[in-house]
Amino acid sequence: MVKPTKVTNRIRVLRESAGVTQAELAKRIGVTRQTVIAIEQERYSPTLELAFQIARVFDAGLDDVFQYPEGETP
Amino acid sequence: MVYEERNTWVGLIVSAIGMTIYVIVVLQQAGGGPVTEVVWWPIMLWTIGLSIVVSIVASILWGIIAGMRDPDGVGRSDQRDRDIAHMGSRVGQAFLVIAGLGVLVLCAFEADWFWIANTMFFGFALSAFVGGVASVIAYRRGLV
Repeated sequence: MVKPTKVTNRIRVLRESAGVTQAELAKRIGVTRQTVIAIEQERYSPTLELAFQIARVFDAGLDDVFQYPEGETP
Repeated sequence: MVYEERNTWVGLIVSAIGMTIYVIVVLQQAGGGPVTEVVWWPIMLWTIGLSIVVSIVASILWGIIAGMRDPDGVGRSDQRDRDIAHMGSRVGQAFLVIAGLGVLVLCAFEADWFWIANTMFFGFALSAFVGGVASVIAYRRGLV
């Protein structure tokens, strides 16, 4: 069983409110649609660079797109 | 299914079939006698060569079929593919190390060349196969 990531995201909400499809988002950040699906479903943690690119598409800050639980330590 | 996942599946299937055929041919050549009497190296080289050719041909054919449905996805790979490939390699490496140690032990005991070569051969095959299985699981269930 794969340990789920603690990082959650609001990509789907932001994407739907912006009227952007998964395929369009994938094209804009230079990944496959399957990678966008995996990130949305929190089955893959994107690199920091990819996270910034996603945030930039929605004109949002990194914290507005990705969340990490308060007080979590490794 | 993305390009790299298809290639991983092709590698997995071809290596499993290739190894099975190799074992069957070697056992047939032995004909119930000692396997160390079998001239193993041509069979091994043919298995390696044919596996590479079949993998390439199968990848191209599957790519053509997939490209008809999704032309944008042909030949594309991204950071997730690279991360999964690294993870698969790390998982597979353990078997290479085990095979390497096995070869050292066999050499120390002056084992027949058949066992030395085949230990290394199966180490490579198992490394690729287990790494491939780990990669396929990561594609299906996630990599976090």
